[in-house]
Amino acid sequence: MFLVAAAAGVALRRLSHAPLLVYGVTGAVCSLLVLWAVLRLAGGAGVEQAVLPLGLPWMAAHLRVDALSAVFLLVVNLAGATACLFGWGYDRAHAAHGHGGDQGPVLPVFPLFLAGMNLVPVADDAFVFLVSWEFMSLASWLLVLATHREEETPRAARLYLIMASFGTVCLLLVFGLLAGAHGDYSFDAIRAQPPAPWAAGLAVVLVMVGAGSKAGLVPLHVWLPLAHPAAPSHVSALMSGVMTKIAVYAMIRVLFDLVGEPAWWWGGLLLAAGALTAVMGVLYALMQDDLKRLLAYSTVENIGAIVIALGLALVFKAGHTPVIAALALSAALLHVINHSLFKSLLFYGAGAVLSATGTRDLNRLGGLIHAMPTTAFLVLVGCTAIAALPPLNGFVGEWLLFQAILNAPALPEWELKIGIAVVGAALALSTALAGACFVRLFGTAFLGRPRSPEAAGAHDVGSAMRLGMTVPAVLCVLIGVLPTPLLRLFEPAIRLMVEAGPFDDRAYQPWFWLAPTSAIGNSYNGLVMLVVIAGLGIVLVAGIHRWASARVRRSIPWGCGFTDPDPAALSQYSASSFAQPIRRAFGTTVFAARDLVEMPEPGDTRPARLTVSWRDPAWEWVFVPVVRSVERLADWLNGLQFLTIRRYLMLMFFALVTLLAIVAVVQR
Amino acid sequence: MTAIQAVFLQLVQIGLVLAAAPLLTGWVRWVKARLVGRRGPSVLQPYRDLLRLLRKEVVLAHNASWLFRSVPYLMFAALWLAAALVPTFTTQLALAPTADLIALIALLGLARFYLALAGMDVGTSFGGIGASREMMIAAFAEPAMLMVVFSVAILVRTTSLAEIAVTMTDGVGLRVSLALALISLLMVAIAENARIPVDNPATHLELTMVHEAMVLEYSGRHLALIEAAAMMKLLLYVSLIACVFVPWGIALPGSSGAAALGGLITFAAKLAAGGVALAVFETWIAKMRVFRVGEFLGGALLLSLLGAIFLYVSRGV
Repeated sequence: MFLVAAAAGVALRRLSHAPLLVYGVTGAVCSLLVLWAVLRLAGGAGVEQAVLPLGLPWMAAHLRVDALSAVFLLVVNLAGATACLFGWGYDRAHAAHGHGGDQGPVLPVFPLFLAGMNLVPVADDAFVFLVSWEFMSLASWLLVLATHREEETPRAARLYLIMASFGTVCLLLVFGLLAGAHGDYSFDAIRAQPPAPWAAGLAVVLVMVGAGSKAGLVPLHVWLPLAHPAAPSHVSALMSGVMTKIAVYAMIRVLFDLVGEPAWWWGGLLLAAGALTAVMGVLYALMQDDLKRLLAYSTVENIGAIVIALGLALVFKAGHTPVIAALALSAALLHVINHSLFKSLLFYGAGAVLSATGTRDLNRLGGLIHAMPTTAFLVLVGCTAIAALPPLNGFVGEWLLFQAILNAPALPEWELKIGIAVVGAALALSTALAGACFVRLFGTAFLGRPRSPEAAGAHDVGSAMRLGMTVPAVLCVLIGVLPTPLLRLFEPAIRLMVEAGPFDDRAYQPWFWLAPTSAIGNSYNGLVMLVVIAGLGIVLVAGIHRWASARVRRSIPWGCGFTDPDPAALSQYSASSFAQPIRRAFGTTVFAARDLVEMPEPGDTRPARLTVSWRDPAWEWVFVPVVRSVERLADWLNGLQFLTIRRYLMLMFFALVTLLAIVAVVQR
Repeated sequence: MTAIQAVFLQLVQIGLVLAAAPLLTGWVRWVKARLVGRRGPSVLQPYRDLLRLLRKEVVLAHNASWLFRSVPYLMFAALWLAAALVPTFTTQLALAPTADLIALIALLGLARFYLALAGMDVGTSFGGIGASREMMIAAFAEPAMLMVVFSVAILVRTTSLAEIAVTMTDGVGLRVSLALALISLLMVAIAENARIPVDNPATHLELTMVHEAMVLEYSGRHLALIEAAAMMKLLLYVSLIACVFVPWGIALPGSSGAAALGGLITFAAKLAAGGVALAVFETWIAKMRVFRVGEFLGGALLLSLLGAIFLYVSRGV
């Protein structure tokens, strides 16, 4: 019954001429799965196992749904359902006026992609896990290739394929290490026999590299901002909002469930990687002028926050304070669903902008709040949520995470205490920069004056697309004001992983109040906050309209005597100029960013020129050396192709002797 | 403490911050004028300014959107709530458990986020320059402030403002970390309130403006709201610093109505002292270049981080 989605996908391949049918059926399956996951979680989420006679000859396929799988099935299918709705509208808009790339190749692969993402969380042995993981990767790779006519796509797709294979190889090694010598790859067997400490440690590092490259941990993120934006927008939303969460699922499953008792340095590793990822991700995002690429980099930032939360949960679990570990893990899971909601909302918004204007360059947009009022409002909700502002959902996750960070004194290791203080500073910095990043996004794309004729002539998108954006926006507000019921829903999953719930030792627990257990006792209530702000606002509006002047005069704005006849409105601040102070404050060291001003002599009529240049440290320090050494190695090994038969035989002989020697040593 | 009493005190607090904010600004201006040898306008001048602005018509740009018109209300309401959450004369506030210090900082962030957006709405260069610089300043100031919260929270084991005031009144002793946190918070407060040396509230020179540039397109009742909100924010920071670092005099839980009255008097004294300190500081120091602000606030961030780390080293918590 878990294969329903996959079966639907395969069956519908043949009907690729009927987008309504594909999206409709896939959306219906997703909605049903959402309902099913919610009911399971609400019903306490017992474990349900199934063994299918598929797969390798000596091993059947094990499937298993526990609370953690149910949480991730909920996340996947919720976003999947809205993506179907939006995708259908996107497809119709494309049929009507041809923006947004060819949709044909998307249809057959889209349900397969969703099926792959549904299979990973229910896999219960390494074989099924890796097959569905690779299935998901390849399906998304095909979806990226749907826009193969665009200039950048082939390069993005190639890089993505390399990184995805690399990640899978790492995960393969992880399961090899976990299964150990006895070679039973079902998760139950792995749980029953935890690996030796060295193997566990190595597996943790490898899972961070393998799942981290899929999730976008710096410096393995390089493929993500190229591949995610290249796909059609609703697929970008799924890749950014959901597929990265499947990577998070892999991390949780391995780190909390399979490797056994954690050591504190695992969490330390995650904390360091998460902090680096959060700050670098948002700094990258601030440098982007491409709407979708900016969103992809912001995903990198949010993954950083989630990984920080996972690291905290792990160190508190290792430090035997399970309630605080539960607090951190609930912050992680809440952020997982939050990010899947507002990131898909923002990618849908980007898709709407793309389909209305044909461009995703921020410096060619502007003023869309007049032309696309509904989209603008919904994107504004998404921006407020992702900037972690109350009373929306992004802030609740952030708040829980800070509560967990404030419990650092409970840990025994001083390295962790001081380290967590630094990680807290990094997280706060990334949150503040995210605020700047999304002011920049909304301010340049939707506010101000249009910077191109396309932006000036835009119209709001159709009702299917608007509905597809409205659902996540409403959920963002709802989770923001009432987070506790959702956390209660997730509690079985959290209990399964860390053997405690986030509300265990606090007596006072009404459902509309967020007061988790913590050594730092306090509480937050977004509902009251929203109601009070609304109440004060009403008082204010009533007071102002009662006593103040109500006159309004429209006029042209003061531009220092320069009235702008230019339709491109180039005198206003652009995305690049908005980022300039931050580029100057942070980018000069991190990115070696330089602003080069070329000012002609007085009397010269040439225009002045400003060139902005920056380098990507991940490419420079990690990938270029790697590529270079791989090439050198390949050149060197190339010599092996042209040996005499005598030498080949000699090589084989020595290889055999070496292997035998190794076997002899290991056997002893 | 009964619930009705807490609601009553909360309403008093909401009214108090609204009424006292312009007075504090007038007081700072008056002291500053005295310090440079001018007679200075009456301390009531800000009230008159606001009333005059309220009576004037609003001039809107042709392409101003609904966002531009609604942001002043939203921002004022958010800052009003934020100011009402900081215990000024009593800790017995009905809304106290709604938001802790972290939520309070985020609430200030909400106001700033929307004001920066409104600055970009009309599409003039000034709005953009102000918004982008304001967000750069916030990118340093917000983490610094959160790190201050971190140090304080490690020490007093809570981030709820009412409980911080109670614990600090009991006394946690003199600590290096608290001193570092205080210095850092003062630097943040100066930056966030657009005061010298980070910004100049009285300037109208384009290249040095930050906050004023962002709100340049506003007029009439909208401008009145934004100015009043800025005054409210100044009051908020003074009462926040007073609540965390000099909480003595605040009516504690279980105290009588007389204690609340006493709290009111000490609060007035604290505001006056804070206003004088600000005025003296502003007269004494020169404004710095915009790109020095990064170093100034980066220093604040490092100081507050150092404060937190010192705590671990000194106390072994």
